[in-house]
Amino acid sequence: MNKILKYSFIDLIRSNWVISYTAFYFVATFGLLVANGDISKAIISLLHVITILIPLISTVFGVIYFYNSRDYIEMLLAQPIRRSTIFLGQFLGLVLSLCFSFVVGILIPFLVYGVSVSGYLLHFLYVLVAGILMTIIFSALAYLIALLNDNRLRGFGLAILTWLLFAILYDGIFVLAMIKFEEYPLDKVSLIASLFNPIDLSRIFIMLKFDTAALFGYTGALFHQFFGSNLGVVLAGFALLVWCFVPVLIILAKSNQKDF
Amino acid sequence: MINVQNLTKTFGNLTVLNDVSLEIGAGKIVAVLGPNGSGKTTLIKCLMGMVRPDKGGMYLKGEQINDQSSYRTYIDYLPQISRHPENLTPRELVRMLGDIRQQPAREEVFVDLFELEPYLDKRLKNLSGGTRQKVSIMLSLMFHNDLLIMDEPTNGLDPTAIIRLKDYLLEKRRENKSIIFTTHIIPLVEEMAEEIIFLLEGNIYFQGSVDELKKQQSEPNLERAIAHALTTKKASI
Repeated sequence: MNKILKYSFIDLIRSNWVISYTAFYFVATFGLLVANGDISKAIISLLHVITILIPLISTVFGVIYFYNSRDYIEMLLAQPIRRSTIFLGQFLGLVLSLCFSFVVGILIPFLVYGVSVSGYLLHFLYVLVAGILMTIIFSALAYLIALLNDNRLRGFGLAILTWLLFAILYDGIFVLAMIKFEEYPLDKVSLIASLFNPIDLSRIFIMLKFDTAALFGYTGALFHQFFGSNLGVVLAGFALLVWCFVPVLIILAKSNQKDF
Repeated sequence: MINVQNLTKTFGNLTVLNDVSLEIGAGKIVAVLGPNGSGKTTLIKCLMGMVRPDKGGMYLKGEQINDQSSYRTYIDYLPQISRHPENLTPRELVRMLGDIRQQPAREEVFVDLFELEPYLDKRLKNLSGGTRQKVSIMLSLMFHNDLLIMDEPTNGLDPTAIIRLKDYLLEKRRENKSIIFTTHIIPLVEEMAEEIIFLLEGNIYFQGSVDELKKQQSEPNLERAIAHALTTKKASI
């Protein structure tokens, strides 16, 4: 698996897409730091990048990468290695290159601005971890959708729809449901519902660490109320890890049955 | 060398291989022929484990290969369309496949054969279609195994490269290697194949030598024999 991961990573890291992605983070993060003039505010601003942009880019990249490497996958399938090795190696190569872009792109500007001595280092690390988890989750969902759909247009459409659902529609549906059932106690339902949206979870994961009540949002406030900051962070983090593993396990199971 | 028993594969309502059984002996050049959609590529992909058959057994040198992967160490396989990571160079791909297979690669044979030296350190995305096909042939055959399986190997090659590939394969035949290939180019079959497997609508319509097929169809050349076989089959439906 390591060999496939290594060469997939080298291939991707040389691609114009990944180079542009890194450059984008680099410029955007410097922009945020200069505009806010304050590290903690810049970290909060990064939250939107992590909850909206990383899922979108990981989704698009995941789908395109799978479809573009289909013939390459066939070549690998002709080698004396197991399918799980091929797919895990390829997927991890993809995730690693996207995480590399993200981490390098935001780490250098923050280090230049002195995040390590600012007292916000831990907060910054939470943002980094959340970004990495978002990359894994949405790349995995996109890769899985592409694996299940031979029709590229349909696969691409479904992947974008999945991103749209979690980034925008889920909250809208949630709010509508709460208005409709406002007479009922919805706290626990809301808590459970937030577990099914990784974007919500990542927002809660970062906000609880910041302990800024005004920024919690409804589900964040509920997490805080039910579990307190520390347990809330642990639970949200654990739920995000489950979100990472489940799609990858499905990828491995489905790739084993698929005809190429 | 290869034994296939009652191989069946359907995609939705379409039966692509219908209870196919065949045996391919060692040390032969075998051409798998048939019109588009007759099941040639699916048969080869089943043998390589890329397509999972619905039922049937496949054996290589007496060992069952269904759902196995290690047997591929003994096969050099060239797919119909081969694309490799665009940002890697042919030299890196040689190293990668050698690493994956843990087998010594002797790529220099093909570097000389197809004059690939100037392209070895260029990224694949900067190479022409024909050069990429030559690189694919090099990557597929550089382990010099006793069994070569090739799906339309002459696709995209210029006439000189086709002649060189044919000469190379005939030399391998003299070394008693087994070669199985699919093609639509009839002169290539006449020149090289000792045995033909002719697939029609997922069934084996004919297996035997070129001369036997001509004789069976009462036609003087292979092209006409194949056309006659197809017409007769259509008429019988």
